Amino acid sequence: MSSRLRHASWGKIGLVAIVVLYIVWSLAPVAIAFLFSFNAGYSRSTWQGFSMQWWTGSKSVFNLPIYTDAIRHSLLLAVLAVIITVPLGVSLSIFLSRWRGITARPASFLATVPLVVPELVLALALFFLVTKVNLPVVTLGTSGQVVGQVTFILPLVIVITIGRLSSIPTGYEEAAQDLGASPPQSFRLVLVPLLQPAILASAIVAFAVSIDDFVITQYMSSTSSTQSVPMLIYTATRGGATPALNAMATIMAVTTIVIAAVGFALYRLLARREQITDVPAPAPALAVSREGAL
Amino acid sequence: MSPRRYLLALGVPGLIWVVLFVTLALYSLLAIALGGIDPLLLTPVPAWNPVDWSTANVHEVAQSLQPFSGDTWIVFQRTCIYILLALAGCILIGYPVAYFTAVHAGRWRGPILALLVLPLLVSYMLRMLAWVGLLSPQGWVNAVLVPLHVVPANFGWLDGRAITVVSGLMYGWIPYFIIPVYAALARFDTRYLEASRDLGAGTGSTFLHVTLPMSRQGLLAGTVVVALPMFGDFFTNGLLSGVSSTGMVGTLINTYAESQTNQAVAAAVAVWLTVFLGILLLPYLRSSARAGREVGR
Repeated sequence: MSSRLRHASWGKIGLVAIVVLYIVWSLAPVAIAFLFSFNAGYSRSTWQGFSMQWWTGSKSVFNLPIYTDAIRHSLLLAVLAVIITVPLGVSLSIFLSRWRGITARPASFLATVPLVVPELVLALALFFLVTKVNLPVVTLGTSGQVVGQVTFILPLVIVITIGRLSSIPTGYEEAAQDLGASPPQSFRLVLVPLLQPAILASAIVAFAVSIDDFVITQYMSSTSSTQSVPMLIYTATRGGATPALNAMATIMAVTTIVIAAVGFALYRLLARREQITDVPAPAPALAVSREGAL
Repeated sequence: MSPRRYLLALGVPGLIWVVLFVTLALYSLLAIALGGIDPLLLTPVPAWNPVDWSTANVHEVAQSLQPFSGDTWIVFQRTCIYILLALAGCILIGYPVAYFTAVHAGRWRGPILALLVLPLLVSYMLRMLAWVGLLSPQGWVNAVLVPLHVVPANFGWLDGRAITVVSGLMYGWIPYFIIPVYAALARFDTRYLEASRDLGAGTGSTFLHVTLPMSRQGLLAGTVVVALPMFGDFFTNGLLSGVSSTGMVGTLINTYAESQTNQAVAAAVAVWLTVFLGILLLPYLRSSARAGREVGR
């Protein structure tokens, strides 16, 4: 018995070692990249002493339009993506989960197609749609980038929201309507409050995915004014960019982490208030929602 | 307004969006792949009407997919090997991490989970940027390995090395692998482990006969979640190698798409890739549908 126990604990120590090493391996390079934004020299790989020159002053990330424009554009895209995707996705989810008709199944399949084809295929498809069909409003550039990101993020919002909807009995809305509420009222007063955690989780995921998105944003871009942060990192990394590039990448990462953390804190608050346990938390939902759709 | 009509009104904007930007977009891809070429500009001309479809582009790609000798086949074969190696790495490292976090972490579960999610919030490009710095000839990796005589001085990790690309793919996608595996394992009732032990099974046999079968669905989900984007990945390669000798299918599609005159070929390769992945995904979709039914969702 004791030998088996010891055996098990050795196994556990091994597991702990793997976890610790994995976490260090996954995060240390990012920490080092952040460190290099304080490099005294121009190198992003050789340490030449400490300096704040890439954070303040004329060569800094805040003083070069190429960096500030990319940050501004990434934030613009993320805000637009959240504003459009969340209402669109939540209302479509309500339709998909409550509609009893033959359109629901093929429609939910179509909406989740972006999860089962590589993003590159979707990006190429959207590129041809925009360049070969004369759509109103949507062109290569900001409008196309927003449309592409929304299409890519929509299925994630749907998976998160439908997961929540399936745990809300339809009886709640029906009861509201029996008591005299109109359908819009029962939606606004019953369903939306119950969906709050899912809506919040969707918004966090939409924001994070939009900020991180590269392929679709790249394919739908036009001039340099539509360059997002990931696009700039992609083009500048192998070139002679200064450590200001690392500073820009850090700013974007910290922004996303802070927003996700605030969102998650809010989510916990909501969940506690409503005693909800069966909604996917926003953080794992980021990746789990892809799995759930399949 | 009747409830039914109100429901329809809620659904219509999203339905239009999906039809327009998913269905019509994918149809555009098909129309380009099966379309022609403008004789003067050499740009692709979509064939919207199935009557006008021509298989020239698709056929051209099919020919270069000739097993073991066609140009596209060689890229395709390399892609599959790289992805299989990266997936093996994801499973070997990611599974124990997910398993520990879900089953043994106890009160550390929350903090560990936060650290596992953190890379998803730090953008993919920043994580690649970090490695480009570390792997450059004068970077910190060489600073450690050169004095140990593991690699010669100024070793060029970024000059088109398969090992760099495979490790890069693994590093980039493993956080996306761990989360679904964790989610599947977290639902796992640990009393089964105790039961197995009480019935006399050792650690190894408990793992083999209880833990592993119950992780199957999660492992499959994680594999699909990371394998799909890897098949379309050209940026990891572009940042960590940039040489065509390590090019993958994603690189090929992206390179063709960048030149106007080759866009039809890009579309044709993308169509073939989608067909291939569809066939590959079928058993998974079937098994996850079955698992879904068994759980009674």
